[in-house]
Amino acid sequence: MTSFTLNGKKTEVTADADTPLLWVIRDEAGLTGTKFGCGIGMCGACTVHIGGKAARSCVTPVSAVEGQEITTIEGLDPKGQHPVQKAWQELQVPQCGYCQSGQIMQAAAALKDNANISDADIDAQMSGNLCRCMTYTRIRAAVRQAASAMAANAMKGG
Amino acid sequence: MTRLNKSEPVAALSRRGFLVAAGATGVAFSFLTACETETASTAPAYEPTQWFAIDNNGIVTVNIIRAEMGQHVGTALARIVAEELEAPWENVRINHVDSDPKWGLMVTGGSWSVWQTYPLYSQAGAAGRTAMIEAGATALGVDVATCSAANGEVISGGKKISYKDIVRKGGLAKTFAPEDLAKIALKPVAERKLLGKPVTSLDIVAKTTGATVYGIDAKVEGMVYGYPIIPPTRNGGQVNYVMDAPAKEIKGYIQTVVLKDPSNTVPGWAVVLADSWWAAKKAAAAVVLEYQPTPTTNVSEKDIQDHARKLIGNASKGSVLPTGNTDTAAALKKAKSTLEAEYTTATALHFQMEPLNALALQKDGKWEIHTGNQWQSLVLPWLAAALEVPETDVVMKTYALGGGFGRRLNGDYAVGAALAAKAIGKPVKLVMDRESDVKFDSVRSPSVQKLKMGFDKDNNPIAMEQHVACGWPTEVMAPFFMPKGEKDVPFDPFAINGANHWYSVGAHKVRAVSNDLASATFRPGWLRSVGPGFTNWALESFMDEAAHKVKADPVQFRINLLKAEGANAGTAPNSVGGASRQANVVKLAAEKAGWGQTLPEGTGLGLATSFGQERDMPTWTACVARVNVDKATGQVKVEKLTIVTDAGTIVDPDGALSQVQGAALWGLSLCLHEGTEFENGNVKATNLNSYSPLRIADVPELDITFVESSEAPVGLGEPATTVVGPAIGNAIFNACGARLRHIPITAAAVKAAMT
Repeated sequence: MTSFTLNGKKTEVTADADTPLLWVIRDEAGLTGTKFGCGIGMCGACTVHIGGKAARSCVTPVSAVEGQEITTIEGLDPKGQHPVQKAWQELQVPQCGYCQSGQIMQAAAALKDNANISDADIDAQMSGNLCRCMTYTRIRAAVRQAASAMAANAMKGG
Repeated sequence: MTRLNKSEPVAALSRRGFLVAAGATGVAFSFLTACETETASTAPAYEPTQWFAIDNNGIVTVNIIRAEMGQHVGTALARIVAEELEAPWENVRINHVDSDPKWGLMVTGGSWSVWQTYPLYSQAGAAGRTAMIEAGATALGVDVATCSAANGEVISGGKKISYKDIVRKGGLAKTFAPEDLAKIALKPVAERKLLGKPVTSLDIVAKTTGATVYGIDAKVEGMVYGYPIIPPTRNGGQVNYVMDAPAKEIKGYIQTVVLKDPSNTVPGWAVVLADSWWAAKKAAAAVVLEYQPTPTTNVSEKDIQDHARKLIGNASKGSVLPTGNTDTAAALKKAKSTLEAEYTTATALHFQMEPLNALALQKDGKWEIHTGNQWQSLVLPWLAAALEVPETDVVMKTYALGGGFGRRLNGDYAVGAALAAKAIGKPVKLVMDRESDVKFDSVRSPSVQKLKMGFDKDNNPIAMEQHVACGWPTEVMAPFFMPKGEKDVPFDPFAINGANHWYSVGAHKVRAVSNDLASATFRPGWLRSVGPGFTNWALESFMDEAAHKVKADPVQFRINLLKAEGANAGTAPNSVGGASRQANVVKLAAEKAGWGQTLPEGTGLGLATSFGQERDMPTWTACVARVNVDKATGQVKVEKLTIVTDAGTIVDPDGALSQVQGAALWGLSLCLHEGTEFENGNVKATNLNSYSPLRIADVPELDITFVESSEAPVGLGEPATTVVGPAIGNAIFNACGARLRHIPITAAAVKAAMT
């Protein structure tokens, strides 16, 4: 039995300790927005936030998240309107969309830590996330746009 | 998960939601633009053709038979209907349908969707408009000649009635057969309101919230999970021995089934079943299997390529395409000089992000296959043969695809799920891990190509040959799709298209050769941009070599040969203008990229052009690559790609741009970052630790433009892929003098070619 908080809800699961968090999220909790891509932590499709940091859920055993706060794409914003999601929608970033939950979670974590993100930072932060449709040009633009929106919100919020 | 019935409100996340129009098992998926709750009327929806219906709220639902795999295809196709129907866009919904014989050929590939659907959906929309105007005139009590339609209303002078109210009045019965549709006149181009105008694709929002349901997300009550153990070779697999005692120690393990497959689609497969996927995967590692060696157990990439060379050298092999004067031997005898070169490409993987999967079950005597797929009409007979049931007893349930790129044209993976479900008598959700997905990939065959050109005394080309040997996907999987070349010898168009170019070169021999060792070793696949993805690599590198040989400017050399004469003059409706439109994009791309400018040391521009996927549907494309070569290491950095495309009418401008962006970067990735090789009968690279598609940090600046045109719309999903590789190769030559004739291009190969 492992207990953790999933998108704000206390969650208890019975999966074996070595089960990757990804499969617990998808098949036990039924949240399928987090995707399976490579299974070795190299494509980023399975990216979630653990304690606010981006992490690859396909290589994180469920036993490692005991007591942690986990956020998936479904929990990033109650209305699906996080500044990163809005930028992704406005610039029509997704093509097939399969990697985009992971891209968005990676970008959201990166911007939380580094609001003044540079182009080099974007490349460094996003390089672990493969997009096979090759939407990279739009991902770069959307991360920049989300950064500006978050900076503007922060100004307004004082 | 956003699985909602039609009666439930769908606006939870935003105005746009994602709807599964479904019973418990999730049937067709639909994207909604707005929430409709008004249901006061019980008048039936009006369906002038099977392609769309207008309901009693004025909502137009367009049936989409093409797979959604990132091209926003439903949006583009629904825009075509709405344009002619005069339906307000906010009232339009799309419905991705399940397989049904009534839809005809269900295939999504070849960059065909808009091109093939545009005439049909334009006419269907116009038919609906005609019917609305007739019914509206009756309702308004006016002469039909005084009526017009706009914005979902029929208008006559000061009177008007909405489509909604027309449908609510009932009595709409007029339907249109295909021959009726063909007679209907379309709107003049100048009156278009939707085509070519910006639109937010209907699938975007759900793809940013995790709500889109892909095949891998399918689920039904009582299903068990399956993990396939892929045999060492794709063909001829036979399990001699299976021992699963250690697997029984794994919690949740059910059993291991060695599949019996009358269709021979998945020979040698064993599927490990468990009550969770992770348990199935763990148990699989504990199952001991022994296989009968197959004839291809030891085949290497070199074996395949050496065989290709042998086949090219045997003039009796292959099929010569009907390109007019193919008597190059006679023309070459007269040549004052000749140029010859061999080009090769390595095995390339699809590596679509969503690993292969399918959920199969039997319900009420019928088989349901829940999966993302690009060619339902191809796999349905395989499923029927495997399950030993009539084809009418199998239905493919439609889901979004986490990438297609041609992998899901071949639905072989669905057969494994179906047979596992049949064996255990329960619904089976089969999901491959990445390594299995790759080992079972229908790879892009490695290729060997030999090219030859003869020149007259003034250095004008008078003869050209291109011989291409590789594994033929269409021969293996869809031989009925193969046209015939000279002497009635069939050829795979998807293994040779591109070589039958629009340059006027005198006698022209294009010869396609099937590499039987390749197709014995693996199941050759259609991979994004198919034939032109490698034929154009050779062709456009060679055209550059030819230009340099005769000391001509590579841009001017091409323009001079794109004469739009004879067979290259073009025909209506698809190739109006012929080669002159290709010359135009070459000229525009060169100008935009600053062709002829002085560049820093180690930097070069290179140009390549293409007519896209096939002569019947030319997408005129040109690319200039700007690269920098580190002469010490041979490392290539692509700084910029300038691309000009003439695809006729552009239906969805932003969707078109995103397709060209993605296609161009695919071309870059295949040229510099991908490629693997066969070793012991299967591919060497099986995951991202050994296969490395392009990542964000290596993405160059992209400058993409479309030629304004009202000609027939053609395909955009692939053409840009075909030009980027040779443009890079040619730019490398201009940067440092190294001529590369193999992709992927490695730093070591560049360095070696410099000296």
